[in-house]
Amino acid sequence: MELFGLYNYWVFTVVLMIGFYAVIAKGNLIKKLIGLSIFQSAVFLLYITMDKVDGGTAPIVQKGVTDQVFSNPLPQVLILTAIVVGISTTALGLAIVVRIKEAYGTIEEQEVQSLDRDQ
Amino acid sequence: MVILFAVFLLTLLVLTAVAIVRTDNLFVAVMLTGIFSLLMAANFFILDAADVALTEAAIGAGITTVLFLGALALTAEYEKSISTGRWLSLGVVAVTTLILIYATFDKPRLGDPQAPVHLHVAPWYLEQTPQLIDIPNVVTAVLGSFRGYDTLGELNVILTACIGVLFILGGRRGQYSPSDGTKSLSTIHSLRHHLIPKIVGHFLIPFIILFGFYIQFHGEYGPGGGFQAGAIVAAGIILYALLEGEAQALRAVPRSALMGMVVGGAMLYGAVGIAGIALGGNFLDYSVLTDNPVAGQQIGILIIELGVGLTVCGALLLIFHAFAAREETD
Repeated sequence: MELFGLYNYWVFTVVLMIGFYAVIAKGNLIKKLIGLSIFQSAVFLLYITMDKVDGGTAPIVQKGVTDQVFSNPLPQVLILTAIVVGISTTALGLAIVVRIKEAYGTIEEQEVQSLDRDQ
Repeated sequence: MVILFAVFLLTLLVLTAVAIVRTDNLFVAVMLTGIFSLLMAANFFILDAADVALTEAAIGAGITTVLFLGALALTAEYEKSISTGRWLSLGVVAVTTLILIYATFDKPRLGDPQAPVHLHVAPWYLEQTPQLIDIPNVVTAVLGSFRGYDTLGELNVILTACIGVLFILGGRRGQYSPSDGTKSLSTIHSLRHHLIPKIVGHFLIPFIILFGFYIQFHGEYGPGGGFQAGAIVAAGIILYALLEGEAQALRAVPRSALMGMVVGGAMLYGAVGIAGIALGGNFLDYSVLTDNPVAGQQIGILIIELGVGLTVCGALLLIFHAFAAREETD
């Protein structure tokens, strides 16, 4: 238990940086957006990791049951809404990518930039 | 035992993320994001976040995948691997990873009850919910009542994003619009000629939508609520659209009805807030809605969850139809 106490945070770090790598190193705009959603998921994992309490359970109160330990509801509320907001903003990004494809005929960043420079 | 399972799932998560970034076939990458989300949902569940796991499974593994496929059908299926500054990026990422891992040694270990995050307002929410609101699911109580302002804001972000997508994709097409041999969604459109998906799909859709309604109206008692229910109902209708075609789905739930759902849901939420002011309380103070403050809280949460469900469901479906319609009018 003690050995893996920080494992979630390490996974958060690595997944966060994998997403970040896709955003900065990949030229394809869809791939960048996929990277961005991986980055976003990593942040969700960080928050949800912090809500866990040893021996706790999901924060749903049962009548007549005492001595229950609950995990923290607050990070869960924040992330629950953030997931739905995340998909809406990703959809907005994808819509812009679709329009870029229609205007330039490509979704590769460098090709878009060179087309811009030629004009 | 659970901890070993969690470590296994988290390791799979990292491997999936690496595979997503490495592949240059975007179709494969999108399919892997579905798996990534499902693994993430399983992790959330192990970490006691049942509501969040439900949301991630419905949104991440279901709707995100469909939207990315819709965008792929309109753009390209393969990534050209021209990445400049690859080594520089790798260097930056490696250094940042090391710094962040160094920083994690200051974090409280997983499950520490004395971690600062558990000592501030969270115990108050857990203690006061049974007295002030008296619904079992504390997550719904915090979402709907204690932090109702946040949720109203989030709902308006969804509304705004939906309006943005409609504006961006509703306009005239550019010069490169014809879909040049790409096929993702088009392939799925022809699903109506495949017997097995059709029969299995038709069998599943009523249950998916029924489950969505259960999640909506049972959100006070178990994991669930408007956000999850909206996503699940939307997923059921998207499945119908994939099986029967875009036009058939729009005949069942027309675009004007979806617009009404999106705007009406957000306005319903706001109206509950205004009603609180009109009855002599504060904005989004549900206690004044009835004579009994606790019952007022419950009614308020029920209504705003309905507003959330309507807006989320309508917004996701409108976004889906916006992508699908752009492909079909070629």
